[in-house]
Amino acid sequence: MTASDSRHVVRRERLPGARSWSLELRRGYALRLTDETGGANCSALFYNARQLLERYNMADTLKAQYTAFLTRGHCCYSDMGRILVSITDDSCGWHDAYCGVSGPDEVAARFGDLRYQQARNGWHRSGRDSLLKELGKWGMGLSDLDSTVNFFSKVVPDEDGALSFVSGHSPAGSVVELRAEMDVVVVLDTCPHPLDPATVWAPKPVLCEVIEVPEAPDWDPCRLSRPENARGYANNALYHCQCHGQGGQAR
Amino acid sequence: MSIVTSPRDPSRCVHREDVLAGEPWLYELKAGQTLRILDLEGNQAVDTLFFNARDPRERYSATDTIRRQGKLYLTAGSRLMSNLGREMLQIVADTCGRHDTLGGACAAESNQVRYALEKWSMHSCRDSFLLACALSPQALGKRDLTSNINFFMNVPVTPEGRLSFEDGISDAGKYVEMTAAMDVLVLVSNCPQLNNPCNAWNPTPVQMLIWD
Repeated sequence: MTASDSRHVVRRERLPGARSWSLELRRGYALRLTDETGGANCSALFYNARQLLERYNMADTLKAQYTAFLTRGHCCYSDMGRILVSITDDSCGWHDAYCGVSGPDEVAARFGDLRYQQARNGWHRSGRDSLLKELGKWGMGLSDLDSTVNFFSKVVPDEDGALSFVSGHSPAGSVVELRAEMDVVVVLDTCPHPLDPATVWAPKPVLCEVIEVPEAPDWDPCRLSRPENARGYANNALYHCQCHGQGGQAR
Repeated sequence: MSIVTSPRDPSRCVHREDVLAGEPWLYELKAGQTLRILDLEGNQAVDTLFFNARDPRERYSATDTIRRQGKLYLTAGSRLMSNLGREMLQIVADTCGRHDTLGGACAAESNQVRYALEKWSMHSCRDSFLLACALSPQALGKRDLTSNINFFMNVPVTPEGRLSFEDGISDAGKYVEMTAAMDVLVLVSNCPQLNNPCNAWNPTPVQMLIWD
């Protein structure tokens, strides 16, 4: 499935399973992710492209919106009280925010320790090492790898906080769309979710499309979903107030 | 929720120190040593991070800890895991019963978003963390400030995924104890938050006790 409307897709990349990718997503564009086969996992990190030290903060995102998961209408906050991306479309209803990515020991324990020497590019990669490699391209490293959003994956707690992975949560064709609220560096990885109980190594691809989109209007659902988000957008407007002719005026 | 009391005698500890509300505390805990955090007056959130004392790039990871124990909350028996998947400490006693992994630290900027744009000037845990980082011999900085543990703080998550900050379940004299599996730097902010009930609207001192 591709963007089903007439919007201008400026870039389209199919990310195979167990691969990482990164791009700068500028204000005025959205990144649409599609789980083409079903059962994909797409771990994501977000950074302010002009100041990489400002980055996605799981705790600030969750507590501002009184939620333990992410879906349409939610915003991904930086540690500086600003919105990096907003979730403007979502067919899944729950994206995991608190499980992080697999370590090499977890991948080896579940799927076997299959190295490049044996399997060439079908080797068993871990989410952690894939993201570290990708972060290195931006001059970042281990200290910059914090909690990811795991798109297309759902892990629910019971009353005591014990977690269960929900298999089959993302059917083929599931989509989630992220609108850049400032110029952001997006770092992605498609290794299997670390709590996915599947024991056969079959990482799924994710279609990535960069689409031209208008800025969030006054009536935007992400802006209006919570009073906290109205304040987040106000902080973004202040951040953009020196951008000529780009709607940067403070509200 | 499991309550596990400690056999350790406070009169035999090797270090004892009060940390006032609104203050940071940075301490190197050696492998095998045990740290008790004592909630002196009750319902006081203690924001805490751990770093490998030899290489602070290895640090407490909320997601590794949550995922590897398959549970959102911490209590006696919980292993506090690093971003490299190694055990840093284990909670060996806990008379509170449950501690938060998701709420993170308060900050000037998140207070603005959560409460009002004018709240930026209030003191916050991240300000305490940043000052301790700036003065640390290890030259820690903002990139080292990840999702921390909030000891004694009550942030329940429902099966539907709703998260809230509720009145505390701690009380005066309750404590949590953890034994280090490696030499760790302990970075604490004794929380000054006045905008929600995480400190029962009244931030108070806590006491640190250490045994060999």
